[in-house]
Amino acid sequence: MTLPKAVLQNLKKVIRDPKRLLTREEDLLSYGYDASFGFYRPDLVVQVLSSEETAAVMKLANRYKLPVTPRGQASSLSGGPLPVKGGIVLDVSQWNQKLVIDPEDLVAIVSPGVITAAIDDAAAAYGLMYAPDPGSSHFSTIGGNLAENSGGPRCLKYGVTKDYVIGLEVVTPQGEVIHTGGRTVKNVSGYDLTKLIVGSEGTLGIITEAVLRLVPRPPATRTLMVSFNHFVDSGRMVTKILTSGILPSKIEMMDQASIRAVEAYRPLGLPIDSEAILLIQLDGHPAAIDEEMLKIEEIAKQLDAREVKDAATEEEAKELWKARKLVSPAIVRHKPTKISEDATVPRSKIPEFCRRLQQIKEKYKIDLVVFGHAGDGNLHPNIICDKRNKQEMGRVEQAIQAIFSAALELGGTLSGEHGIGTMKSAFMAQEFSQETLDMMERIKHAWDPNHILNPGKIFPEPGVKLVLSE
Amino acid sequence: MTDDPANKLAYDETFSCIQCGTCLPACPTYKTMGKETQSPRGRINLVKMAAEKKIPLEAIREPIDLCLGCRACERVCPTNVPYGKILESAKEALFEQQKDASSLLKRLEENLFYKQIFPKHQVMAVAGSLLWFYQKSGLKNLAHLTHLTKLLPENLETFERATPDVHVRGMHRAEHVKNETAANYKVAFFNGCVMDAVFGRINDMSVKLLIACGCSVVIPPKQTCCGALHLHGGRRAESKELARRNIEAFEAEAPDFVINNAGGCGAMLSEYPQLFADEPDWKARAERFSQHSIDISVLLAKLDLPLKKTLNYRVTLQPSCHMTNVQKVVNEPIRLIQKLDGVAFHPLDDPDFCCGSAGIYNLINYEPAMEILDVKMADVQKQNPDVIVTTNPGCLLQMRVGIERERLQDRMKAMHLVELLAEACGIE
Ligand SMILES: Cc1cc2nc3c(=O)[nH]c(=O)nc-3n(C[C@H](O)[C@H](O)[C@H](O)COP(=O)(O)OP(=O)(O)OC[C@H]3O[C@@H](n4cnc5c(N)ncnc54)[C@H](O)[C@@H]3O)c2cc1C
Ligand code: SF4
Ligand code: SF4
Repeated sequence: MTLPKAVLQNLKKVIRDPKRLLTREEDLLSYGYDASFGFYRPDLVVQVLSSEETAAVMKLANRYKLPVTPRGQASSLSGGPLPVKGGIVLDVSQWNQKLVIDPEDLVAIVSPGVITAAIDDAAAAYGLMYAPDPGSSHFSTIGGNLAENSGGPRCLKYGVTKDYVIGLEVVTPQGEVIHTGGRTVKNVSGYDLTKLIVGSEGTLGIITEAVLRLVPRPPATRTLMVSFNHFVDSGRMVTKILTSGILPSKIEMMDQASIRAVEAYRPLGLPIDSEAILLIQLDGHPAAIDEEMLKIEEIAKQLDAREVKDAATEEEAKELWKARKLVSPAIVRHKPTKISEDATVPRSKIPEFCRRLQQIKEKYKIDLVVFGHAGDGNLHPNIICDKRNKQEMGRVEQAIQAIFSAALELGGTLSGEHGIGTMKSAFMAQEFSQETLDMMERIKHAWDPNHILNPGKIFPEPGVKLVLSE
Repeated sequence: MTDDPANKLAYDETFSCIQCGTCLPACPTYKTMGKETQSPRGRINLVKMAAEKKIPLEAIREPIDLCLGCRACERVCPTNVPYGKILESAKEALFEQQKDASSLLKRLEENLFYKQIFPKHQVMAVAGSLLWFYQKSGLKNLAHLTHLTKLLPENLETFERATPDVHVRGMHRAEHVKNETAANYKVAFFNGCVMDAVFGRINDMSVKLLIACGCSVVIPPKQTCCGALHLHGGRRAESKELARRNIEAFEAEAPDFVINNAGGCGAMLSEYPQLFADEPDWKARAERFSQHSIDISVLLAKLDLPLKKTLNYRVTLQPSCHMTNVQKVVNEPIRLIQKLDGVAFHPLDDPDFCCGSAGIYNLINYEPAMEILDVKMADVQKQNPDVIVTTNPGCLLQMRVGIERERLQDRMKAMHLVELLAEACGIE
């Protein structure tokens, strides 16, 4: 695609700082990837710092029907920020100047490029908390989190990103600036456009400011690790805990393959002959935590768990969580490519889903490791492969298809938190009926009549299927 | 074509990058320059594309030149991407590609000297002493430095005068062997060339401190420059030669520890084995050498400091990047500072952010280095210290420039950790 000359000329009038209009080859090539798969070269990168600039860029792009792809820190695992049709990459990651905490309204007001963890840190100074904690919270932007409706371990108790957004400023694909929601937790005026934008993967509008809800920071937390001889018992344990009046802030699971991978990578003394471990975090008042601890130990005993390890100090707790953190690096030691799926099933179907994953692993001869947010049914089956190996990648493509089919058959969904993007669009027709997809497309068309904003995402394009080999 | 310099790129290593983006907030140049091209993930991607011949090697020159080599990215990377290796391979390939380095020289001459260094007193002092040292040390044979030294005025004393508190002295350090009875350890001291030339006094203090803590100290006379600047300039062969000479010089003394006080040199010494991947005999010798080569703070933290004086200082620490990210030494300097009477320690909010000195980065890329320094100084000002403690000579000089730039010289000074400890022990 060649960029009309007038576009650049006009952009120079809007973006006064030439450093924020990137046209050099090495710059363009640096905005063509994310943390998933695939590489696409944009024709121009524009770094915006205000809604006026964003609106002007969108108006221009709309006039010339140029594709525009919003981009935060490109940590997306589903291809969301890839400029698959070329055109403009709209980089919002540098727009991180605004981060205001209002302790009386219990809200944070932020610009889209603010790093998520910075919001929680700022809130902590007031005894408050921004609850959503995706694994990427220290390096992803709040704009990206909102666009993907990201979740994290703490979401078991506190809910996902969408549960914390009460107001947005959005620039539409035609370049209007609109405001949705407000500063109140309760708000039923008109359609809830806020929730429509959240999770829309940058296909309906550009988020230029957000009002986020903060909650009181729990006074104490406590971590424990429970190990099991039998994988199924770990699933039962989750159900038992959640039906006994306890709502932990996190319940994370590691299967034997991930336990062994971590131990081989960095020995922490994990029980390598256990079929699974659960890492549980409780939070709240210290006295309440003590009581819940006793109950959990009791449940563990009933289920013949091997061991319950209670972290006595903050340091010990950190060590335990480190194990979970190390899973990702540990499993890519032998082969470089990691495809991280996040197909999610109803909680009760976790054991069955795990059984099917084992079958898929054997059938397609792939390296499959399972870990993740067991508490909410959001497991992360990770396939470890080498993208240079064409044959293997062919098997991986089939296995991914099988994983999606299994999740959907069990009443689940393609994606719990990473989004559809390019990676899962080919499977959308499996999850949704034609009528439902049509309705989504009509919404898209109403917002973006020229289909310029983040084209090639979410909706299945005729004939497109998942291809992983280069 | 087998002699295509792009074949030197560490292509396989680039595959360990899963492009997650964890390293972005840790990278100083991403922060100050604000674009992916100047980030670890961006640089690795470009190296990979150059190795695949999808882009010309020349396209990676600027991003690689502007990388500090601080390796903060490596420390936070969840998959342990060997960024140092990738960077070195890129430097080597680029060096091969353009051996005469004429454009670099031009830039140096114009920007650095006439525009930036000469008008600025303190910067001139720093640059002057470094240049003086490069000439004296034999490092001037590096292409770009040969040219630098040509720019030096005849009279080196001008520089000496311009550096009142930087003790410029010769490389003719006496070989002194001191044995104490009831010695704790036998240590062999690594001088380090910048340290020795510019901060010889700190080396003397280091030796005295070690002796006061009950060690016997030898200074192997045949030791030489660690080779880090050569390697970072893409001159692998020369840096291997220097490594061999050091390994031999220190093997001869059979010490319990090889002790250095310069984070950058220490990092290089700890990575000697990597230079000899294809020479098993030397690799084994390098491994033995590196295993007992440690920073002075690591040893001092284990020993009893003979503390004598109460110091009334509010202190912050700017740790050397290579000490943190390569040697992985983080806690020892802090523990030592906290042992001192009367010293209030106020850590920086972001200590792992490079100060911008980065070898000779601040000479070659003056403006980017100053932008990075400004970020650092903003953090320093928040802590409002009397003393900024550092663990590497380059950082020490850079912090002095920082203090000067912010006009804080009346109420703030920069000291090497050894100077602070020596003062507390009444050693001069
Ligand atoms: C190691 C690792 C761990 C992760 N852990 C989790 C996890 O626990 N939970 C989870 O949910 N995800 C996780 N992710 C995925 C990813 O981090 C999230 O999807 C994150 O929200 C992306 O943020 P970003 O700033 O990188 O956005 P990008 O990747 O740049 O963009 C993501 C999407 O948002 C759009 N977008 C970005 N900014 C805007 C904006 N201002 N307005 C409109 N659209 C915009 C883009 O077009 C794209 O479609 C993880 C990723 C990695 C690499
Ligand atoms: S943190 Fe490591 S793997 Fe992730 S992008 Fe940076 S270098 Fe690559
Ligand atoms: S070495 Fe330092 S400057 Fe270079 S990419 Fe890594 S973090 Fe950035």
